[in-house]
Formats: sequence, structure tokens, C-alpha cells
Amino acid sequence: MLELNYPFDSSYIIKKKKSIKKALLSENKSRTAKKIAVFGGSTTSDIVKTMELFLLDNGIEPVFYESEYAQYFQDAMFPSEELLEFKPDIIFIHTSQRNITNYPELTDKKEDIDAKFDTELGKFKAMWQSIREKFRCPIIQNNFEMPLYRLLGNRDAYDIHGRVNFVTRLNNAFYEYARENEGFYINDLNFISADYGLRSFSDPSYWNMYKYAMCFDAIPYFAFNTANIIKAVFGKNKKAIALDLDNTLWGGVVGDDGVDGIEIGQETGVSQSYYEFQAYLKQLKSMGIVLTVCSKNDHENAIAGLNHPEGVLKPDDFIIIKANWENKDRNIIETANELNILPDSIVFADDNPAERAIVRANVEGAAVPEMEGVENYIFTIDRGGYFEAATFSEDDLKRNEMYKNNAQRNAQMASFGDYGEYLKSLDMHAVIDDFIPVYLARITQLTNKSNQFNVTTKRYTETEMEEVFASDSYIRLYGKLVDKFGDNGVVSVVIGKINGDILDVDLWIMSCRVLKRDMEFAMLDRLVERAREKGIKTIRGHYYPTAKNNMVRNLFGTFGFTKVSEDETGNTEWLMETSSYEKKNNYIDVKLNNE
Amino acid sequence: MTGREIFTRLNKVFQDVFDDDSIRITPATTADDIEDWDSLEHITLISAVEKEFRMKFKMKEVTSMKNVGEMAVIIAERATK
Repeated sequence: MLELNYPFDSSYIIKKKKSIKKALLSENKSRTAKKIAVFGGSTTSDIVKTMELFLLDNGIEPVFYESEYAQYFQDAMFPSEELLEFKPDIIFIHTSQRNITNYPELTDKKEDIDAKFDTELGKFKAMWQSIREKFRCPIIQNNFEMPLYRLLGNRDAYDIHGRVNFVTRLNNAFYEYARENEGFYINDLNFISADYGLRSFSDPSYWNMYKYAMCFDAIPYFAFNTANIIKAVFGKNKKAIALDLDNTLWGGVVGDDGVDGIEIGQETGVSQSYYEFQAYLKQLKSMGIVLTVCSKNDHENAIAGLNHPEGVLKPDDFIIIKANWENKDRNIIETANELNILPDSIVFADDNPAERAIVRANVEGAAVPEMEGVENYIFTIDRGGYFEAATFSEDDLKRNEMYKNNAQRNAQMASFGDYGEYLKSLDMHAVIDDFIPVYLARITQLTNKSNQFNVTTKRYTETEMEEVFASDSYIRLYGKLVDKFGDNGVVSVVIGKINGDILDVDLWIMSCRVLKRDMEFAMLDRLVERAREKGIKTIRGHYYPTAKNNMVRNLFGTFGFTKVSEDETGNTEWLMETSSYEKKNNYIDVKLNNE
Repeated sequence: MTGREIFTRLNKVFQDVFDDDSIRITPATTADDIEDWDSLEHITLISAVEKEFRMKFKMKEVTSMKNVGEMAVIIAERATK
């Protein structure tokens, strides 16, 4: 919903939150239900109500638990039956510097201050520990915003007695914990308050009158920032950004003004702004975001513009370049198809309001931010939170390379008459085996991101995945595929739950970038092999339809399973005896972890 | 700004905040007359009124206003828009 896209009108959202919610709920949109417990150190009511809007807008239907006023510590340490039964999918600890009770006094010695620091940090660590044991779910923890005043003036920043110093020290200790613990995310309250303007943000009247840790108008910004972490944790991030060229990546119209006439580089303020935006996009690319072009231009003009010697981005930085005179909504949908991603994984950046309107109307779920004024472009994309890196793996860094390799594979495929010959020519090698710790983060990430090749759409948090990893009642497989064009990384995960001599397939996912490569058959071969070793006689497959996984409706059928039931919502159940199974993979050379 | 104008604009703010187009406020209207008007929604209301008339209520006014009429008097004194 446009009203909820950054940059939004915060007072409009506050005033109209009831009717916005109604409008969101009346959209015929499929959403994932998630239970979110908010442990507040200050009032949370409007934070929760506003966060709900942003989550609904991003395909998550939240159910909230809210602590009684300021009962965050009690709820974390001594949860009630009601709270335990609520079984949150994620816990958000909403504390602020108002909750620090042991600030240093000027008369304190260093040891006193260290002791106060240990007390404050110890309180939080005890909560995190308790939550891990009692709830086993991811935690979002606010860091601390800067204090209201600086008793020692500028000295407050570095003197150990200063509140600024104390808060900074606590924040650093929080970050250290976040680096060392998976499933623990810092909500950067410190940045949000600075970005908003600390003086207005921390307006004390909102604390003194309503016990809010921030001013009312800042609540949507804060809630938006928190919602971004939640949607990233649950796999709702965008994957690619499709960029217009004229007046988006450079000033002017390359077809009219010529390559020499466009504004990019160091010459003027305007050309520097475009240069900075290009440099920002190049950094996005380095973290694994796919860049594509979607421009109304002759192809050769587009390429000439991108080859401007003063530009940062070159044609090679884009996986797909759609420079033609087709409607942009069609180009976006084709781009998604070619990348094997869903159109709702794309951000479309264009300075032209008419083009934005067409894409908004015809490409469901695509993000179309209001790109107004080149000086705002970076903020619009960055603050929009489309690419929040809650989890970040090795594979993210390599993603662009993988897409590039895919383009080469497609070119090669075109040169073969026979598909089997093509597959042989790829020289594919896979490792398919039980999980190993180094891949757990990637495996979890895949379970949260895969929508299309996913029979059950079961999502796992990192904690849940660790439980599966530690248990004897599962057969787990991950598959990693390498071919002559490059390493695809971990592309498939299967989890089967052992129930006597039956194996229930809880999860079967595969990255769409390795479709039609026999990888699913190679996974099945190994699964049956492992099942037989464990004395499993029957494998039971489940397919639960969603708006996105039609692709695998008949996956078990192609595997040779027999359909035994189907209910009115289209859920199907499939059976296969392990004794009669014959290997199906013909093209991939498969090895084990240590081979 | 006339009292009538203030009430027309104020009425729209009330309708938006409580998402109820049937609301008709009078100077005598209090929180008891509007179902959703509790202490939490009061903050939303105050914030929306401040935005509408580009003015600020003082802290003690927020808690001491007895009805919509008193609110309108303060608005009439201080509104800049």
C-alpha cells in the first residue's frame, strides 16, 4: 500500500491507522501468520498497532502478545502460563535508555562503574538466556538511544562517568552478543532516533504523560524499522532491483542528449548525485542484490549510457538489461521469469510517476518506491528496508556471479539440440548428505525464502533448525551443486520425520535456479538410500497448496509416488514403498560430505 | 477562524481517528460519548488535532480538558492553520 511505503506521512498513518488496517484486511492477499511477543519497557500500544500495518502490508499476519506496562523483565524471566502457551515465533524486547536504572554517579570509582555496567548488562543477558531456554525463538532487542542530556557536555562521550559513554559501552556489549549468537537481532533504536532527530524523538512530555519512549510522530518510523527485521527474518526480503536509466541512473535522456550530454560523474552537483546513487547500487550488488535494467530506450543507447566513462555501473553489473519500448510491467514480469524469482521479489526504481503507476497496478507485490529528486534516491531505497540483511551468508555474496553463470548456461543450452546432451555437457557434481554446521545458516535461510519449489512451505527459525539438526528422529539432506560454470552453493534441502517405518517428508525445497537439472532426483536417490538404512518401508509425501507453489503440485507424482488422498483445499498425500525404488538421477555425479 | 469552522474540521479529525463517519461532536462531547475514546486513543486524537491546526497543547491542558468545547477554545487561541 502506497501510504505505507517509505517515505510515508507519519501523522497520516497515526490518524488513519484504523481505516488503513481495514483496507489491508479487505485485500485478497495470502499472508503468513506469525506470533509476536512484545516485551515492553515503556508503552507499546501504538507501536504494536502501527507495526501491524507494516507487517500486513508485507505478507505477514501478526498476532501479538503485549506485556503489561513495563513488565519486560518479568515476562522474559518468569513467563506466565498464558505467555508460554502463546508460543511466540519471535520476541521483541522494546527497551530504551529510560530503562537503565544504574547510571554512573560522578563520585563513582572505576570499579563502581564497572559493577554497574555488569549489573545492567547482566540483567539483559539473563533475559536473553531465559528466552532461549523457555521459548527457543529469535529475539529482537533494541539497543539504547543516546541520553537526554550531557552533564559533562562533550566530555560525556568519553568520560567513564558520562551517560553517553555508559550507553555506548552497553550498546557495544549488545553488538558483541549479536555477533556471537544466531537468531538474535539488534533493532537500531540509536540510529532511528538520530535519523529522526534525537531532541524531538526523546521529547520528555511523551514519557512523562504517556510513558512512551519516543514522541508520537516517531512511532511509525520506529515500528517500520522493527517490522523490517521481522519480515527479513521470515523471508520477505526483496531480491532484485530493476532500474530505469534516464533521470534515474543519470540526468538527462541518453537517446536525445547523447552519451556526452547525460549528467553523471564529478562535474556538477547533479551529476555527483547520480554518481553517488550508482555507487550505492554497486554496493547493493556486492551484498548479493541483483541489478537489472528496465528502461524505455533503444538497446544500443542504453548500453552507450552505461558505458559512460564517468559512471560507476557498467553493462556487466546488470544480470538482465531490458531496454526496449515494451510496457514496463511486462518487462518486469519477464525479468522475474528469467531470474526464476517471483515478481513480488523485485523493487522497481523509476523517476517517472506514470511508469510507477503502471507497474504498481499490474505487478502484484512488487515494491515501487516514490523516486522523487535524485538527492533522495539513496534514502528512498535504503530507508525503505527492502534488503534488510537479518541473515547474511556466503551465498549472498556470490549470488550475482551465480545469476551470471546461469545466463551462460542458457546460452549453452540454446546450442544443444538434445536436453540430455546439454545436461551432460554441464559436468555437474553435487554433495548430498546430512547437514553440517557450516551450512546451517544457509539451510535455514533457504527454508524461509523458498516459495515456489516448496511442497509444505514449512518455515524454520534458526533455533528450530538447530533442534532438527540435533535430533535422531529426522533424515536431513542438503544438496550443493557445482557445474562447469560455477558453484551454485546449497540449493536444496529435504527433511523427513521418522515415524516408525514411515518417513514423513516435512520439507522439500529447491532453489529455482537449478530447475530441470536432475537435482531433485539426485536428492530423492539419497533420501531413499538413507531411508532404507534406517529400516523405513514407506515414504509419505505431503503437498499443501499456496499461491506460489503450483510448480510442485505433482512433484511426488513425477517421483513415482501414488496419491492416496486429497482434501477440499487441495492438500494431497502421497506414498511410495522404498523397496521398489530405482535410482533416477542420470547426469549428476554425487558425493558425500567428506569425499 | 470561526467556531463553526473549528468544529467542522475537528469533527473530521474525530471521524478519522475513530474511523466512524457517524460521529457528530458538540461542545459538550466527552470521552464517555465515543466508544473507542480511551486513554490510549486520546493520545492519537491529541496528536491528530495538533497536526490539523498546526499547534501544540500544553502538557497540563492535555489532561485537564473536560470536553470538546474546552479543546475548541484552546484551538481558537492558538491555531496557526
